[in-house]
Amino acid sequence: MRILKQTFLLLRKDLLLETRRRESLLTMFFFGTLLLFVFHFSFDLTPERVAEMAPALLWLAFLFTGTLGLAQLFEAERSNHCLDALLLSPMDRGALFLAKVCFNITLMVLVEIVVIPLFWILFNLRSWEVIPLLFLMALLGTIGFCVLGTLLSAVTLKARARELLLPLILFPLMVPVILATIRCMESVLRAGAIGDAAPWLRLLIGFDVIFLTLGVLIFDWVIDV
Amino acid sequence: MGYAIVSKPPLPYPSAAALRRTPFGRFRVNNHEHAAKHGKRKKRLFGSARFNSGHRRSLLGTHPSSPGCLSRRSATHHVSAHPKYPYRLSLFFSRLCWQLPVLMERDDILAYSAAEIGVLFTALTITEGSIWGRPTWGVWWTWDARLTLTAILLLIFVGYLMLRSLVEEENRAASSAAILGIIGFLDIPLIHMSVYWWRTLHQPPSILRPDKAPWENIQWPLLTPLLINVVAFFLFYFYLLSLRFRLGEITEEIKTRRMNRVD
Repeated sequence: MRILKQTFLLLRKDLLLETRRRESLLTMFFFGTLLLFVFHFSFDLTPERVAEMAPALLWLAFLFTGTLGLAQLFEAERSNHCLDALLLSPMDRGALFLAKVCFNITLMVLVEIVVIPLFWILFNLRSWEVIPLLFLMALLGTIGFCVLGTLLSAVTLKARARELLLPLILFPLMVPVILATIRCMESVLRAGAIGDAAPWLRLLIGFDVIFLTLGVLIFDWVIDV
Repeated sequence: MGYAIVSKPPLPYPSAAALRRTPFGRFRVNNHEHAAKHGKRKKRLFGSARFNSGHRRSLLGTHPSSPGCLSRRSATHHVSAHPKYPYRLSLFFSRLCWQLPVLMERDDILAYSAAEIGVLFTALTITEGSIWGRPTWGVWWTWDARLTLTAILLLIFVGYLMLRSLVEEENRAASSAAILGIIGFLDIPLIHMSVYWWRTLHQPPSILRPDKAPWENIQWPLLTPLLINVVAFFLFYFYLLSLRFRLGEITEEIKTRRMNRVD
């Protein structure tokens, strides 16, 4: 219970900082919207083709936006040795990991809530009824992305050129999440239900659980300075 | 006032015995005296002899005029070099797990060496597979499950090495790389499953099949060089690893001596 309370406190601190500075969220939101325009210019998208390509395009937009957010994730702690102060306080370091993951998920979910309907409007899609289930699939993928992303963001904390390095080591490891999320979203868009994508869904949930547990367990070493 | 005579603590040079030790026992890989006496024999034992014989058989073992002969010959090399042979990864992983809490220098050198040779073997597999795939499948590259998997593995290995080189503080670089290695190792079964479900074109396993014995599936003239090559590459891997490990140890030793000289 203590770890949850600490997580909540740290998350509140991050959210408070974000509401005052509004750096990450605004950047991510505009970048996500911008990507939709870029997709529109690069592919000649007829309504039939859009329905086929929607999962891949949406998930690509989320991946790129998410990477933008991850690069900024520990910026507030890096300046003025705030991270040292946080680590000196008598808290569980797993709580720090959980708080960062939750913060990142919150940012990405906020972006997704705006970008998914915008995609439907911009590309004239009519299947509005599948959006809640589609959003749920995207959320599971987002959790996997944020968990692994936070872990690697902390690993590369002391590296030179970390903004460049992070996607380079993150994307190969994200392959299961990328594949599983796109397959689940495709199935939802095609049939309106999970249907034959059930193994993919299990893989996705498994990934989330494995790496969330691993992160809480090893974050002590990851953040050790 | 008298002066207390404080003798300097002994320099942390590794002992001569420790320097000769490799992770696989007391093979004296680079000891000059020893090499003068036993060098040739050691070399043959480690790699060359078996590697050559497998190599020769793989080139001569099949009938030269049989169709697809060239592709089958190169397949024996290609299969044996594949990094999925679990010993490479498991060695890498066990060292990483050990390395995290204790962070022994030798384990770190070993993990780094294993990753570097991992890059070499993975790249070799992809290149040889590509050469094999051109006459057999008609394309240099296709998005088949195993190909994609191997390429992703190569990217992970390269990311690991890049992370090491971009973190300046040495202890920090070692622990960061160890954590990345652990994440990568846990991720590999998931990547394997997902890519496999995604699509597969590769032939089903030829040797490890529950319904048939290996020799019912592949004819002996091809099976023999294949098995010899698997053994040869296994030994070759450990030979390269011990050389690279020794090199890492020497580098560390030079660094320590330099630091001590400055003092």
